[in-house]
Amino acid sequence: MTVAFTPPPSPATLPRARALVSPHSIPALPRHVRIQYDPVRQADAVLAPEKVFWPNDISLDILRRCDGSATVSQIVAGLAAEYDAPEADVAADVETFLQEWSDKLLVKL
Amino acid sequence: MTELLPPIGMLAELTHRCPLQCPYCSNPTELLKANRELDTETWAWLFRQAADLGVLQVHLSGGEPTLRRDLEQLVSGLAGRGVYTNLITAGVGIAEGRIEALAEAGLDHLQLSFQGARPTTTELVSNHAGSHEKKLETARRARAAGLPLTVNAPIHRHNIEEVPAFIELALSLGAERLEIANVQYAGWALVNRDALMPDRATVERQAEIVEEARERLTGILNIDFVTPDYFATYPKPCMGGWARDAFMVAPDGTVLPCHAAASIPQLTFEKFGDRTLAEIWRDSPAFNAFRGTDWMQAPCRSCERREIDWGGCRCQAMAIAGDAAATDPACAKSPLHARMAKLIEEAQASAAGHDRAEPFVYRRIGAMARLRELVE
Repeated sequence: MTVAFTPPPSPATLPRARALVSPHSIPALPRHVRIQYDPVRQADAVLAPEKVFWPNDISLDILRRCDGSATVSQIVAGLAAEYDAPEADVAADVETFLQEWSDKLLVKL
Repeated sequence: MTELLPPIGMLAELTHRCPLQCPYCSNPTELLKANRELDTETWAWLFRQAADLGVLQVHLSGGEPTLRRDLEQLVSGLAGRGVYTNLITAGVGIAEGRIEALAEAGLDHLQLSFQGARPTTTELVSNHAGSHEKKLETARRARAAGLPLTVNAPIHRHNIEEVPAFIELALSLGAERLEIANVQYAGWALVNRDALMPDRATVERQAEIVEEARERLTGILNIDFVTPDYFATYPKPCMGGWARDAFMVAPDGTVLPCHAAASIPQLTFEKFGDRTLAEIWRDSPAFNAFRGTDWMQAPCRSCERREIDWGGCRCQAMAIAGDAAATDPACAKSPLHARMAKLIEEAQASAAGHDRAEPFVYRRIGAMARLRELVE
């Protein structure tokens, strides 16, 4: 049997250091995480390996904006406008949330 | 009566066929041959019913699920319904192009078992020459196909010292997740308990190593730690509570609350096809036997943790207390808790006194029948 040579995973897919959230980070959901509406329970679920999460509306709003193009500061500005809340407060909440989700590898920064 | 919720997760044991012979396999000791397996249409029909019922995640397992030639078709059907699919594979003997085809069909995630972090250990435990290299190749193919990867490491006496090497292996393969899963003593693992049980000092060191690695690798590698029941203070909420949010289906379509449930003799199980999945989930006496908290005896009945660990594992209560409705003896509040420590000691003594050519009763069809003949 010949075993085809496949290169090792590229550094981009193999995080060697913990990612830290900053206003310039561009968050995205990794391939193995998705938001999906569940018609049986009539709620949005986040599906991940061996886990199902039921985030509240604000968390879902943050996750939906993690589209791989908006920066954290753009996400914060959008949410502050939508919820009519001070940007500094929103920024603190969003950054804490994203750091937590990044630490669980549920969000890429 | 506890409110009946729809199930979230389902384990599908598509086949009992497997190239490996791991002595702690969670399949029943009486394995089903290929001619008992459900056909493609029936699995697809069952999966559609599961999605209708509220199942969000399906774990495709075995035996070795890739031995089913219709796996891509089944994955594709599930993906079409938005069900999250997880392939649980030994990663041995997978034909070229198949991982890619599964990714193409919509597979969400792949979980690959490693019996050892070193080739010699993997070969000893799986009783399969060359298995380690084949697994490494499967991991590479999965990553190249863009699939996220979990490395699953079932832990016991013969590989517990390799926990740091398992962590390095998972990192080197680009895995997002590592399961350090201490073997649960049901099925084949119960048969091999004396040969598999680690000693207390090593278990405690393992816990420290895992704790340190989790801290150090935050945001790099998720490490899930399935703790060893026999050394525990509180039991695990097995299956998240009996028939509470998950179930499993055997290769012949028998629907069970957990994969070891057949070890409880008073329960009878129903087959998909005779009844719908919804009917079985709601009405099956086996599902209702230990659902909620009404069935509980003392000390579970009045325990403040009764809806945290749901009495622990029914199969472990059966195996050790001889009563499936007893408190799991893994719990410090169980009157039989001291028996766990005794079983650990007995296992150490028995292993020390043994000098067999094969350290285990390997998992293979007919192995139990041969063992019974030897004993008689």
